Amino acid sequence: MPDTISLKIKRQDSPDKPAYWETFEIPYQPNLNVISALMEIRVNPVTRDGKKTTAPVWDAACLEEVCGSCSMLINGRPRQACTALIDSLEQPIVIEPFSKFPVIRDLMVDRSRMFEALRRVKARNPLDGTYALGPGALVHADKQQEMYTYSRCMTCGCCLEACPQINEHSPFMGAAVLGQAYLFNLQPAGSSLAGERLDELMGPGGHGDCGNAQNCVRVCPKEIPLTDAIAAIGRQLTWHSIKRFFTDPPKKHKEVQPQ
Amino acid sequence: MPKRVIVVGGGLAGLAATIRAAEKGISVDLFSVVPVKRSHSVCAQGGINSAKNMKGEGDDPSIHVTDTLFGGEYLADQPLVKGMCYAGPSIIDLLDRMGVPFNRTPEGHLDFRRFGGTLHHRTAFAGATTGQQLLYALDEQVRRFEVQGLVEKYEHWEFLSLVLDGKGEARGITAMNLWQREVRVFKANAVILCTGGPGLVFGRSTNSIINTGAAAARAYQQGVWYGNGEFIQVHPTAIPGADKLRLISESVRGEGGRVWVPKDPADRRAPTSIPEAERDYFLERKYPKYGNLVPRDVATREIFHVCTVEKRGVEGGNSVYLDITPPQSKKSPEVLEEKLGGVLEIYRKFVGDDPVKTPMKIFPGMHYSMGGLWVGYRDEGSMIAQMTNLPGVFAAGEAEFQYHGGNRLGANSLLSCIYGGMEAGIRAADWVKSHSDEAPESVYTDEKKRQDEINDSVMKMGGKENPYALHRELGDWMTARCTVVRDNAGLDELLNKLNELEERWNNIDVNDRSVSANQSFGFTRALRDMIILAKAMAKGARMRDESRGAHYKPAFDLAKPDGGKIGNAHDHDGYRAYAAEIAAKWNTTFKLPEKSTTPITPEFSAYMDRWIEIQKQWNRTTIAKFIPGQQQPEISYRDVALTVEPPKPRIYK
Repeated sequence: MPDTISLKIKRQDSPDKPAYWETFEIPYQPNLNVISALMEIRVNPVTRDGKKTTAPVWDAACLEEVCGSCSMLINGRPRQACTALIDSLEQPIVIEPFSKFPVIRDLMVDRSRMFEALRRVKARNPLDGTYALGPGALVHADKQQEMYTYSRCMTCGCCLEACPQINEHSPFMGAAVLGQAYLFNLQPAGSSLAGERLDELMGPGGHGDCGNAQNCVRVCPKEIPLTDAIAAIGRQLTWHSIKRFFTDPPKKHKEVQPQ
Repeated sequence: MPKRVIVVGGGLAGLAATIRAAEKGISVDLFSVVPVKRSHSVCAQGGINSAKNMKGEGDDPSIHVTDTLFGGEYLADQPLVKGMCYAGPSIIDLLDRMGVPFNRTPEGHLDFRRFGGTLHHRTAFAGATTGQQLLYALDEQVRRFEVQGLVEKYEHWEFLSLVLDGKGEARGITAMNLWQREVRVFKANAVILCTGGPGLVFGRSTNSIINTGAAAARAYQQGVWYGNGEFIQVHPTAIPGADKLRLISESVRGEGGRVWVPKDPADRRAPTSIPEAERDYFLERKYPKYGNLVPRDVATREIFHVCTVEKRGVEGGNSVYLDITPPQSKKSPEVLEEKLGGVLEIYRKFVGDDPVKTPMKIFPGMHYSMGGLWVGYRDEGSMIAQMTNLPGVFAAGEAEFQYHGGNRLGANSLLSCIYGGMEAGIRAADWVKSHSDEAPESVYTDEKKRQDEINDSVMKMGGKENPYALHRELGDWMTARCTVVRDNAGLDELLNKLNELEERWNNIDVNDRSVSANQSFGFTRALRDMIILAKAMAKGARMRDESRGAHYKPAFDLAKPDGGKIGNAHDHDGYRAYAAEIAAKWNTTFKLPEKSTTPITPEFSAYMDRWIEIQKQWNRTTIAKFIPGQQQPEISYRDVALTVEPPKPRIYK
């Protein structure tokens, strides 16, 4: 067992500056994860060569793999840093920011495009209001389990990072949002917006841009069956486009307006 | 001035407040240090309480009220607790309509499970990631208002201060963009602070590492009272880690999990090889009625005692077994996976063992602050429910002090966040309708200048201390002296230490002069606020010479009579007089049970006499006021609004 942990971190001071590498060494302790190693570095931000530097910048919040914040490339694999246990990683541990999103600084990237995509596909249920209207529809336990599976998506971006179709020249929204579109098409209330959702997914950046590489499902930290959702959305789109060929565009769903 | 409400914080309380205000047609500016979907509410695992009585147990919101008040040892203002528990069923219906994938019964109804501090199945749940599912559902509704142009989100923005006019009324906030360190003023005559708990004050806790408590500390330094700061919940079951203490939900016990240690502390066998007869299920032994589902403060103290005093922890260390392996739990591994998957996964991923095959090893960890910014409990005179002592400044969620008294029951926090957030949202919307004048421009520019100056001075700090090392010291001291067991000598040392840390803060080396996403700078600034908030907690604990809920001071603990000698409080004449006194004070009547004919024991009578004296002195809300230029806060006390039922001795059997 080595008595130190070695981490090679790709750094970048600001969005417009070039990237560079720094290597750090911290004393070995059992059961650390990448986050606790990064915490150790910031208590004494000195590189392996003894150069005093700034503490590397990174995103993190829950450290229980439910918030989706601490996405990084760790030894080349997109994953959550909190569940990347040091004892199971080859050293030096190479840590990089996601490459498919703009770097803000060091390991911190801007993932706002994922939230914009959720807005675009109307990933929500219509609601008349928050006043008392009694319970929702009965839901079969199997259907609840399926909805729950997709509802655990934490918008971490691993599936986008791993996807060969996501690049500077492609508007593809990525697997996560297709999974969410599938979820809301399943929802008792959400399904009333299915037509509009599918219209969006027929357009640029939608389902047609998926190249079926299936990397998304391999890297999803929550093991969400994203390729199943993509296939199901594909079938929904087939029927939807046939329907659209013979009928007028679907009426826009009326959402409740504020008082 | 356009009618706008500012909401700070995008967790459950903040989103609920936003939805309610926007639904009223009021524009909302919503601020969050992270994208709102990453707020700490995602960490809530077990579920949300509501007395929907869907298991035919005769449950009712009135029993939920009593369980909550009793569990919190009667320190909570009662009108809001009553409001929350009675709103519970309709809030569950609302979340159901929003599409939260709650677990279902075979017929398709919502399923409910048991949690601590109640004998009913009252907790609705979505697997073991209920908080995440609720947060996402509210986020989706906020997104609808965003599309409609009523809500503007400012994510990656940190609250720096309230903008207050000469009368101390809310006029907006200053906030800082965390990616570019730009400070801006945002105008609004109502501000709702939903900024969560202060876990980072304790170094490592079950909280997300964004929960510094700095926002609440900033409002406190501007004059908002801090209520019951000493009441800190330590969760009985967490996995210790170098970066955080990971929560193992109470729902594990709700689904049949049992806590035990080997009867022989020297027993080094694997837990699965230790026969039933050689295990001590100490919670079940001491509390036959509630068993493993005693409230959190009770379970925490028992586990802490077994490990640190009796030295009977697993392998002599600081941990006990939490056992859900079949047949301990009567449920099959598949059902356990459906109901607890999220928690089991955390244990598997972070510890490496499978809890369905071998018992988990757990130890208590700091979890929740019952204390927080003081807010009113009803609309009466100048008091407005969910509004702080500063007009126009509201608070909701863990950031404020209502609902849970001295100890929070499991699965009540998601409910209090949503209920409190909705109540705050509606009142803030009403407030801006009647308070629409604009303050002179200097009110805004002066505050912006003050914040720029603070930032400039922090950026220049080039001393010798590392901010993260100083933070570890703060956490270690607070955890050792201000969590499970407290004594006045230790608290005095702690208060001195906090003064020292505040002094040493001035000698920090920020070591990063960058404008771009400078976390060392941001953390350094927040660290000072954490130290100041820690003093409000520690001072409150130092002054409160009694034991109540999570605040346990053995030197002042009132020993309960032996089991057989415990009688009914309502058979004690002094107690009946005490209850009548409270009823008269709050202009209400309480219906006590008839006195029984068998007399109470002298031991119980003496206990009751002393208990009543303690209530009269200490059943009061601690108010910490920040006094500029003074090292320590000023502590005073307010009467608790006992409008629903009189306190009774908190004895779990």
